[in-house]
Amino acid sequence: MEVCSSDGFNFNVTLREFGCEQSLLSRPDGSSSFIQGDTSVLAAVYGPAEVKVSKEIYDRATLEVVIQTKVGLPSVKERSQEQCVRETCEASLLSSLHPRSSLTLILQVLHNDGSLLSCFLNAACMAFMDAGLPMSCLFCGVTCAIAMDGQVITDPTATQEKESRALLTFAIDSTEQKVLMSSTKGSFSVHELQECIAISQKASEKIFQFYRESVQRRYSKTL
Amino acid sequence: MRDTPLSNCERDFLLKAIEEKKRLDGRQTYDYRNIKITFGTDYGCCFVDLGKTRVMAQVSCELVTPKESRPNEGIMFFNLELSPMASPAFELGRSSELLVKLNRQLERCLRNSKCIDTESLCVVSGEKVWQIRVDVHMLNHDGNLMDATSIAAIAALSHFKRPDVGIQGDEVTVYSAQERDPIALSIYHMPICVSFSFFQQGTYLLVDPCEREERVMDGLLMIAMNKHREICSIQSSGGIMLLKEQVLRCSTIASVKVSEITDLIAKALENDKKARKEGRKCGFAESMPQERITALKNLETTVEMTDLTKQASDIVEGVETPAEMALSPVVPAPGVGQVGAGLQNAWGLEDEEDDEDEEEEEEEDGDEPEVTIVAEKRGNKKKGERPVVIISDSEEEEVVILNPESS
Repeated sequence: MEVCSSDGFNFNVTLREFGCEQSLLSRPDGSSSFIQGDTSVLAAVYGPAEVKVSKEIYDRATLEVVIQTKVGLPSVKERSQEQCVRETCEASLLSSLHPRSSLTLILQVLHNDGSLLSCFLNAACMAFMDAGLPMSCLFCGVTCAIAMDGQVITDPTATQEKESRALLTFAIDSTEQKVLMSSTKGSFSVHELQECIAISQKASEKIFQFYRESVQRRYSKTL
Repeated sequence: MRDTPLSNCERDFLLKAIEEKKRLDGRQTYDYRNIKITFGTDYGCCFVDLGKTRVMAQVSCELVTPKESRPNEGIMFFNLELSPMASPAFELGRSSELLVKLNRQLERCLRNSKCIDTESLCVVSGEKVWQIRVDVHMLNHDGNLMDATSIAAIAALSHFKRPDVGIQGDEVTVYSAQERDPIALSIYHMPICVSFSFFQQGTYLLVDPCEREERVMDGLLMIAMNKHREICSIQSSGGIMLLKEQVLRCSTIASVKVSEITDLIAKALENDKKARKEGRKCGFAESMPQERITALKNLETTVEMTDLTKQASDIVEGVETPAEMALSPVVPAPGVGQVGAGLQNAWGLEDEEDDEDEEEEEEEDGDEPEVTIVAEKRGNKKKGERPVVIISDSEEEEVVILNPESS
């Protein structure tokens, strides 16, 4: 994977090979699997469905996100990732169209080789599209890692993440390329933050193009 | 979330069809659905598709102290999870009857049958042994979870390789996968569970029930057997009464099915071993079907980044520097302390400055403008000459400040 230097004007960063399959599970209303390099995640959406009275909101749908790892019980780290994903989804789903209903998103880690949070976000968006839930915009996740020498790497693998000085994940929306959510780890300067946001916005264009192509392919026989 | 209840007409239709020896998907009475076994990227990860039922098993290992009653045997730990993904009826954390039943059956099938040599898992007798942990996740519930689980578990255990261990005197060294090749577990035999569902008080029998058939069945008979025709466990649930001949007939059918499934597992393991030896990439990513219309794959792409550094620098320079921060607390008069004097008021501001040094994880949610907005200057609150800042919103006409007596 190429890296970009931080003081040149013409440089490129790469995104790993990514793939997606929709509607692969028969029980959930929407399901998708998203693969970024070796990292793969399975997402399933149920909804709008019945909600428990204790959890119902009178004017919106209640969104619940569950992240399941392969081994062991979920820890605080999974809970914080769930919060990140939930907040992004709440920002883009039109939940006021389904009051007193529940939307459940379940994410299962199939293999973790870095950039897990952005893979969660991408899988979630594709699963929402597969379920046909109304959204005001699509969203995607991009992870940037800043190596010890200041180079910025997008979509890092697990080894690259471990050797990096900072790890930043941004959720970008499709209409105006705004940042919906950011989750960072490590220390970095103001300039590096802005650079990473700009890089993520540029990278998100590729991911949105991929979304469009896969939906186009999916409905090519019917439309 | 609750599962949709089964309607009476559906139930009657299913039962009537079974009486006429017809199944919903056109199978015969003793037919299994299509079984597909794939392995993940790392050792010990196995996906099993039994028709539309999907199950994933992951095996991992850890060094622990052994049980006191068995100081030189390793420990096997099974954990089955009914993910809410598999069915809307499954709720996270709720220990349902089905979960207990499946867990117990898996333990009986694999642990009590002694299919894994636990003595070979001992490292230092009485102090350190390997604990092999099998986690099974249900991904999609379309009936017959037990069979799929047992196939996935035993395939994952056969696929798994534990790290090599070296013992020199008192020192134990665990070698990583790069230093020394990992070692496979020693498996004596492969017990596989076969499920039989009974209808109309044991009159009709079906092998490998799908989800609809499971809902209308009277009882279930699970036989765990290996290819040497040894029965590892039998469990009958649902309260049906079976005749001796029926049980014997089921075990004969089971032995046929088990040998077919064992061959399938062996072939899948062979294929995986060959693929790894040839250096081909293995895993879920590779096994994704390409020709399906619902799947799409993109190769590695580069992102063009011309002028982005310049854009980033412009943004950073455009932001006004924040006001000078005063050392706090400031003591303008004896007995009065003041913190945060002369700062811009950031409360109630939608725009935020982006000049914080993040040392710990930070989350910002909601719709924020992507690049940082220039922070508005709200410097109209010059606190100037007054020694004490009035913070209250009091609607009294006159505010009297009580100054301490100057000493």
